[in-house]
Amino acid sequence: MSTIVSLPDQTTAALPKRTYINNEHGILSWLLTADHKRIAMLYLVSITFFFFIGGFFAGMVRLELLTPAGDLMAADTYNKMFTMHGIVMIFLFLVPSVPATLGNFLIPIMIGAKDLAFPKINLLSWYLYMAGGIFVLTTLVLGGVDTGWTFTTPLSTHYLNTHVVTTATAIFIAGFSSIFTGLNFIVTIHRMRAPGMTWFRLPLFVWSNYAASVLMVLGTPVLAIAIVLVALERTIGIGVFDPTKGGDPLLFQHLFWFYSHPAVYIMILPGFGVISEVISTFSRKRVFGYTAVAFSSVAIAVFGFFVWAHHMFIMGVSNYSALVFSLLTMLVAVPSAIKIFNWSFTMQKGSITFETPMLYAFGFIGLFTIGGLTGVFLGALGMDVMLTETYFVVAHFHFVMVGGMLMAFLAGIHFWWPKLTGRMYPESVSKLAAIITFVGFILTFFPQFVVGYLGMPRRYHAYPPEFQVLNVLSTAGATVLGVGYMLPLLYLAWSLKYGAIAGNNPWQATGLEWQIQSPPLTENFIETPIVDHEAYDYEWLERTKERELQHVG
Amino acid sequence: MSDQVTTNNSLKPIGAEQENLDMHDAPNVMNPEHVAHHIVSPVVYLMIFGILMVGTALTAGMAYVPLGPFNAPVALAIACTKAVFVVLFFMHVKYSSKLVKLTVSAGVFTFLVLCMMSLLDYVSRAWGRW
Amino acid sequence: MSLASTITNPPEPEIHASHDVHEHPFYQKHHFETAEQQREAASFGMWLFLLTEIMFFGGLFFAYLLYRNWYYDAFVSASNSINMVMGLINTIVLIGSSFTMAMAVWSAEVRNKKLLQIFLLATVVLGFAFLGIKTGEYYDKFAEHHVPGASFDIHDFVHPQPGTNEKALSVDMANKTQIFFSLYFAMTGVHALHMIIGIGILIGLLWYSRSGIYTEGYVQPIENFGLYWHFVDIVWIFLFPLLYLINRH
Repeated sequence: MSTIVSLPDQTTAALPKRTYINNEHGILSWLLTADHKRIAMLYLVSITFFFFIGGFFAGMVRLELLTPAGDLMAADTYNKMFTMHGIVMIFLFLVPSVPATLGNFLIPIMIGAKDLAFPKINLLSWYLYMAGGIFVLTTLVLGGVDTGWTFTTPLSTHYLNTHVVTTATAIFIAGFSSIFTGLNFIVTIHRMRAPGMTWFRLPLFVWSNYAASVLMVLGTPVLAIAIVLVALERTIGIGVFDPTKGGDPLLFQHLFWFYSHPAVYIMILPGFGVISEVISTFSRKRVFGYTAVAFSSVAIAVFGFFVWAHHMFIMGVSNYSALVFSLLTMLVAVPSAIKIFNWSFTMQKGSITFETPMLYAFGFIGLFTIGGLTGVFLGALGMDVMLTETYFVVAHFHFVMVGGMLMAFLAGIHFWWPKLTGRMYPESVSKLAAIITFVGFILTFFPQFVVGYLGMPRRYHAYPPEFQVLNVLSTAGATVLGVGYMLPLLYLAWSLKYGAIAGNNPWQATGLEWQIQSPPLTENFIETPIVDHEAYDYEWLERTKERELQHVG
Repeated sequence: MSDQVTTNNSLKPIGAEQENLDMHDAPNVMNPEHVAHHIVSPVVYLMIFGILMVGTALTAGMAYVPLGPFNAPVALAIACTKAVFVVLFFMHVKYSSKLVKLTVSAGVFTFLVLCMMSLLDYVSRAWGRW
Repeated sequence: MSLASTITNPPEPEIHASHDVHEHPFYQKHHFETAEQQREAASFGMWLFLLTEIMFFGGLFFAYLLYRNWYYDAFVSASNSINMVMGLINTIVLIGSSFTMAMAVWSAEVRNKKLLQIFLLATVVLGFAFLGIKTGEYYDKFAEHHVPGASFDIHDFVHPQPGTNEKALSVDMANKTQIFFSLYFAMTGVHALHMIIGIGILIGLLWYSRSGIYTEGYVQPIENFGLYWHFVDIVWIFLFPLLYLINRH
């Protein structure tokens, strides 16, 4: 099979003498660093840790659902399991996953800057993230929380004796971590671009992270105040959501979903960016309709604020507003479809090669399309009333978040691994992992669409026996999926020492990050680059290489 | 873009040589988001302070005048006017780049989206009670 | 030229007399090309932070809007029970502190260390004055059992004191005054928290201003803090009529 990978001669190649990794030594040089690349690595380690914590809870949930009876754990333990799974995965993995790791590492390099605009705030946001993570772990040690990740009032304010306030603190702090990351990105992208790096020369990865950052900055504070009010209601009896004092519990839902619906775009938009980069590189073509893809990211961000009440159709909002929100929800399908179509057209007549990142990207396109289209089902008012709070919803958002976002994250990690570490991952085992992940994913979540359509409600630890076959399939799939996620952890760790030396540009990609050494210098560029070509201009790359050959020759 | 600052004669800074604190640099000046640093004079600050005090007195006074349903709009209108003066002069937005102006508007806009889209539910939930 | 086209095709650089100066001021961080780029980035960053603050208070303001319309009578009675004079004095104090803060920014810009310190100190003093008056108001509410929670007492609203022209509320509506006081304490409390944090930073700025760094061109910290302080002032400009002056006549 043809490949575009071009590695330096392994017998003579070596890692660069001075890189951001060996520039300084000692644990303190990492914990007090202001280098965006080192902070990205700190994030990478910590979100991987929390991913496997969240994965453990997912495993417990699936194990309980293996049999119809609630035999492995009691109902309230099960409630804690899915709550902790949701909170850890959403606030500590999905929201920071791509922006805080790959975005942190790559955005300054992609725009030709030496660092993010506020390096210390960047470090602060990692510490806030860790503080939020520690509060979540504290909740775990104390005995967990069982509100569901949605903190529905008055359940969370009046009826539960678990550690709601501790968890609320965790989410409040983690929220500020995400605000500061977003703020940093926006300022950096506006103010730190290299000469010649105009808005329409930016890689699409930067555009999509920019859109996600806007959502972080505008949405997260609304969640923060909603969660503060819940905590105040529990601790000192303030009654903004308390029906006995005249408060409206639905107001909490409005404030919560005002953030939490845009939050799913915070999670998925950076993934879109990764896919744009990967598809273009492995098709050797400029992304089809660059401007449309760039603006569709912004459009998704803007529409994101107009659709939140579709999470509340069965909660007692007025039918008229439900109608309006249902119609507005359909709007989001338009920019999402623009992206899918443009990626497909990018591949048309391209010279496609099938390296691991591309396999993950294929997985993303397929799974995200299914996830997105079932989202349109759920946005339709009549369907939603039938399907919401069943496993159909669970399957829908896992298709988008796991099938979409996690695939994109893994695509990005593999794609930029040579740049992050200077070494290649092992190609064949990683292809195997990509395929295992895909198969495991389909096996886990496709049966959930069916079982949800048949009427199995979500968030129950027991279910009628006729649903058992589909649940067993799903649990079996989860095991395969688990293997699919363990494999990259193992071989990526292995490659840190034994991987092939990658050289500057193993994929022959055009981004600025591929024109510098891997791993990069602490200051990224020896001198500020001057950008004179469009994004994804492979002919420019060819010309540059020819010129270099002539000069050397 | 930089002459928009200097043409404003009524609000001239105290010393023309202090108009810009920074050394200009080429790559930044060509950025459309750039605008020269402008020092607002104490006279302007004092005037704005006066306006805000008048506004405060007006808010408090108007609350005691029975205007029926118009008390709330009047109070809000005065508060908004005061806020606009603070934003434009104390916070220098009048002299800032378009980017900052856009940022302020984005905040107001998103807050209005929150209000309007939520009210859509509350108003239509019980027609006539609003 | 339209904005979009200036972004895609940036105009040629303007030529400035001073633009070939290559010395870097002491406060310039290494990853910025120039001090001007650094200043504009910092100020833009501060504005984005204020954007999050707008949305943070925005949730509370929307809750207020909703419940005021639902329980208008309860809001009127409860609003009339809080001390309007104290609120008015506090408004004047806070706008005054905003003015001294604006003057502090000006002092830093014209590089006058003495004036900078005087105005920063004045801002601190006015900030404390605001918090002091606020504490007095809170104390009154505790004494009157108007704090939401177990000790809340609706007596004052069901049986208003004779001689005032307060309307007597039904027990059901009087219970809704708890919503007003919940919002009152949440909004003024979050606002006061911002004031406390602000005063803390102010004292820090005052401390570091002794070395004179802010009056040798490094205006940015003072300017950014000014933005924060004025924002807190704006929140109060809205809180005062909304909480104290619903229906005073």
